[in-house]
Amino acid sequence: MPQRFTFHPRDLTRSLAATAAVTALALTSACGSRAGEETAAAESCVDTSGDTVKVGALNSLSGTMSISETTVRDAIYLAVDEINAAGGVQGKQIEIVAEDGASEPTVFAEKAEKLIREDCVAAVFGGWTSASRKAMLPVFEDNDSLLYYPVQYEGLEASENIFYTGATTNQQIIPALDYLAETGVKSLYLVGSDYVFPRTANAIINAYAADKGIEIVGEDYAQLGSVEFSTIVNQVSASGADAVFNTLNGDSNVAFFREYANVGLTAEQMPVMSVSIAEEEVGGIGIENIEGQLAAWNYYQTIESPANTTFVDAFKAEYGADRVTSDPMEAAYNSVYLWAATAEKAGSFDVADIQASADGVSFESPEGTVVIDGENHHVTKTARIGEIRADGLLYTVWESAGAIEPDPFLEGYEWAADLQVSE
Amino acid sequence: MDLLVGQLFTGLSTGSILLLAALGLSLTFGQMGVINMAHGEFIMAGCYTAYVTQQVVGDAGVSLLIALPVGFLVGGAMGLVLEWLLVRHLYQRPLDTLLVTFGVGLVLQQVARDVFGAPAVNVTVPEFLRGGVDLLGTAVPKTRLFILALAVVAVTVVALVLRFTAAGRRIRAVVGNRDLAETAGISSRAVDAGTFFIGSGLAGVAGVALTLIGSTSPTTGQSYLVDAFLVVVAGGMGRIKGAVVAAVALGTFQAVFETYSTASLAKVGVFVVIVVFLQLRPQGLFTLRTRSLA
Repeated sequence: MPQRFTFHPRDLTRSLAATAAVTALALTSACGSRAGEETAAAESCVDTSGDTVKVGALNSLSGTMSISETTVRDAIYLAVDEINAAGGVQGKQIEIVAEDGASEPTVFAEKAEKLIREDCVAAVFGGWTSASRKAMLPVFEDNDSLLYYPVQYEGLEASENIFYTGATTNQQIIPALDYLAETGVKSLYLVGSDYVFPRTANAIINAYAADKGIEIVGEDYAQLGSVEFSTIVNQVSASGADAVFNTLNGDSNVAFFREYANVGLTAEQMPVMSVSIAEEEVGGIGIENIEGQLAAWNYYQTIESPANTTFVDAFKAEYGADRVTSDPMEAAYNSVYLWAATAEKAGSFDVADIQASADGVSFESPEGTVVIDGENHHVTKTARIGEIRADGLLYTVWESAGAIEPDPFLEGYEWAADLQVSE
Repeated sequence: MDLLVGQLFTGLSTGSILLLAALGLSLTFGQMGVINMAHGEFIMAGCYTAYVTQQVVGDAGVSLLIALPVGFLVGGAMGLVLEWLLVRHLYQRPLDTLLVTFGVGLVLQQVARDVFGAPAVNVTVPEFLRGGVDLLGTAVPKTRLFILALAVVAVTVVALVLRFTAAGRRIRAVVGNRDLAETAGISSRAVDAGTFFIGSGLAGVAGVALTLIGSTSPTTGQSYLVDAFLVVVAGGMGRIKGAVVAAVALGTFQAVFETYSTASLAKVGVFVVIVVFLQLRPQGLFTLRTRSLA
């Protein structure tokens, strides 16, 4: 042992004391936020008697998720500005109270509580990770308030107090499988990061494959953030699968696609279908490593429709020509319009009135018409398979015949009957 | 058969990546006993050095060769500043060093996020390193061969410097017995700073090389930090050859486990092996005999 690496008991005591103090502090603050919840069930303090109505925008403006979530915030502001310019909701101007979720689920819960109880907002827009949504869910249910959540997720959830404007599994993963099956894929290799979304997605894929006679030749999980993909790519390569279904997240995608290209695998030989790669990720991976590969979303900036042209132009005019629009941004933009339309229809900002009137409310969105399903609070969405081209953008190569009804618990799929117990 | 050959090389390759990431740490942690949690961020700084160099130079091949020495200087300079500002005040307090350098690591991550943005940036792989070489029927990526070669070169240079140069002798003297070395006229202050400079510089070099296979993002360093510490601890503190053997052994374990299970389970398997190993041999594979009394 080198001389200097010695632990003096005194140092240990001091450090332990410091650690204990920090822990105690953390516990106290955690209890502080908990104490608020227990006195819940208070009357809603939302006041819409003036000529404005307050809503919350709760996105991570700092920490790991900030780069994704600030884009969502930009989309929320754009929608609010547009609605205000067109006369507001029920003649009232919308006023945003912005809060930072700081990429921490506990902070999301705390700030949601603050927005509802102190700022008295009529609804909150935001959240990204499933962890942040799960953390906010009890807050919105206990306080009987509303959250509009704009990101595709793993399904198996339907809260009275949340409106889900991103895709659930039957609007993203199942159509992606349908597409692969249509193009003659008979065997699949599944690669994912080891957390809830890939595990759930792959459970669904396995059930689907068993029913449709597709062979799953391999299923592999890497730790979140793992960058060692040599073995996985060797196995994928040796498996001879027709295609790969990729649910990796973050940095792992970069390492995976680089290794994939380096051992000589191409999109023609063995296409990779990804569900968490959008324009931003393509840049980091390097277009030469990923050109021709596939992605499954509901919206791409390249969609050709009048509504999308308006959206993209307005966004670029507001935030700069170099900015791109993505699926979650579009879903967040839609969520504001859907809330406004529901409030107009209900003639009220009251939570109970909004819940009662939500069914059937629709919006001509950039991805096409979206309609709220009053029963599960999700929206209808058109599924699209995109191909990554040399300019780094995604282009639609296939889309579902019309908008798909949301089915978060996959009740309409016989082969998925056994999946519901897994939640 | 193809898979087996591929996996044997994968073990070696994974080992060389671990070794490259751990080599600097085997100096700062192994020789000096400083638990530097910001080591991963020095690797990350190396990654961004490669990125910036490529933006300036343009040609991917030339910029890689330039970025390697520049990465060494960038990492080394950051290490020097960290040592001078914080670490030297905490030499007798390893747990405080751990907390402080962890904090520094977080600060550096946020700085990278503010400067370069949170999503990964792309460092283009030079044309001559694209694709693979056919080795007994398996495609072995050229980037991995390059990293393997670089690891061999880096280890050799460090071992030669420690063994045959005056500076290396001083480092070994201070590690062996600080008080006696000072009595003999060696400035242990200067040796500490120098060792930290080289160790951190090696992290920068590792970062440059790792852009070839991994991502370049603010959190990149975190992917390598724990593994690097494992290599140094399992290899035996203060022994370069321990780090070499441990890195290759861990890489091979990981590759073999992974063939029969999933990558995340294989990681668990590797940890179990290390825990059991350290129970049987807490001092690691190789031990350093010192003449100090402590």
